[in-house]
Amino acid sequence: MSELLDGIKQAFWLIVTLDADLVEITLRSLQVTLSALLIACLIALPLAAILSVRRFPFRRITIAVLNALMGLPPVVVGLIVYVFLSRSGPFGVLGLLFTPTAMIIAQVIIIVPLIASIAHQSLRDLWAEYHDLLISMNTTQGQRIKTLLWDSRRALLTAALAGFGRGIGEVGAIMVVGGNIDHATRVLTTAIALETGKGNFALALGLGFVLIALAIAVNLTIHWLSHTEREGRW
Amino acid sequence: MSELFPLDVTAAQVRRRGKVLVGPVDLTLKAGGVTIVIGPNGSGKTSLLKMLHGIVRLNKGSVKWACGTEEAQKRQAFVFQTPVMLRRTVLENLIYPLRLLHVPKTQARVQAAEWANRIGLGDAITRQATVLSGGERQKLALARALIRKPDLLFLDEPCASLDGRAMREIEAILHGAAANGTRIIMSTHDMGQAKRLASEVIFILHGKVHEFGSAGGFFDLPETPQARAFLNGDIVD
Repeated sequence: MSELLDGIKQAFWLIVTLDADLVEITLRSLQVTLSALLIACLIALPLAAILSVRRFPFRRITIAVLNALMGLPPVVVGLIVYVFLSRSGPFGVLGLLFTPTAMIIAQVIIIVPLIASIAHQSLRDLWAEYHDLLISMNTTQGQRIKTLLWDSRRALLTAALAGFGRGIGEVGAIMVVGGNIDHATRVLTTAIALETGKGNFALALGLGFVLIALAIAVNLTIHWLSHTEREGRW
Repeated sequence: MSELFPLDVTAAQVRRRGKVLVGPVDLTLKAGGVTIVIGPNGSGKTSLLKMLHGIVRLNKGSVKWACGTEEAQKRQAFVFQTPVMLRRTVLENLIYPLRLLHVPKTQARVQAAEWANRIGLGDAITRQATVLSGGERQKLALARALIRKPDLLFLDEPCASLDGRAMREIEAILHGAAANGTRIIMSTHDMGQAKRLASEVIFILHGKVHEFGSAGGFFDLPETPQARAFLNGDIVD
């Protein structure tokens, strides 16, 4: 119990004093996860819309695989990305291993199926509602996809926030491909793992509270900016 | 621009899961006027309209427009029995079809606002369309269809479950559209409305066109016992 209180105190002081290390790893956490989120959304949302609107062979299998990939073990993803980016791997020449870019790549692979699956549920329901109308309006497939994405934007925000939650709290993959290098690839989650390993529970808890506060703050900011939960809106 | 009509329907049939929804239908529709489709529940009115409009795929037969199918589809609009509202404001619902036609944004906004005023929703342009009442939704759906200036308008029981006032307003819009040269093909359950609007009538039963002719002839002297029974309000099997 005293460790919990110490953790809260540590978190408070780290924030109040704007601890330089804390600011650095917090900003890196945000940079890695928000970059991964942006790239993942650019891949996952159109993919979800195409899966909703288009009919093609193996579509159901594709959706089932996508849903199954939501449970991808991050450590395994990290390992695979490690193999690809290591010196002897196919992309070793790019020298990306143990850089934030490698961490972004790993996070993108982890969160794309999650965002795509959640987005697909919403887009599929909206497509069922709009189907006859959009066909009757003689829309092209591109126009249908654009309409669905725009009209589902608030539901898609939830999908993106789920992806953000998974990304910001991820430790296994980014530890493997990032290496938790101080002032280079250390982020909040890997720092927590390190401090816990060193037996520095109060600081680990403090960082944990900062991580939770950060996740909540980003979620609230996005909700506020996108005007969700207002009357008559979605 | 080539003519949309005549529309030639030859042995057209739509089946779903082994059940015939409509057909085989043989029909020729000419330009001008209002065609009303009537028939008991489940007789295939909606399926017939959707088949003509091209929303449902034909299993047999053909639906041939004078100007060709692709061109014809661009010149038609459809109003559904349960109006589908885009999850946008009233104004944005009206702007949407215009933007599909690449009308510039400012011009689309002006036209949409004009239509919103015309249907009595001028004060509600910033409201979300899905929170409108049933009558308002139907008027908006109708305006959204007519704003594209279609040559042909399909309506599937547009006044079902609407009160007298909303029905009058919708009929007034339809009269205006017909007067401006829009060909109307509409299904209804309301015999009063059918008599007020129809220039010709299709009586459909068990998915087949049972009787087709001028409104005057059909309402005054129906040819078949089933049509007579239907007009008398009897149950038709």
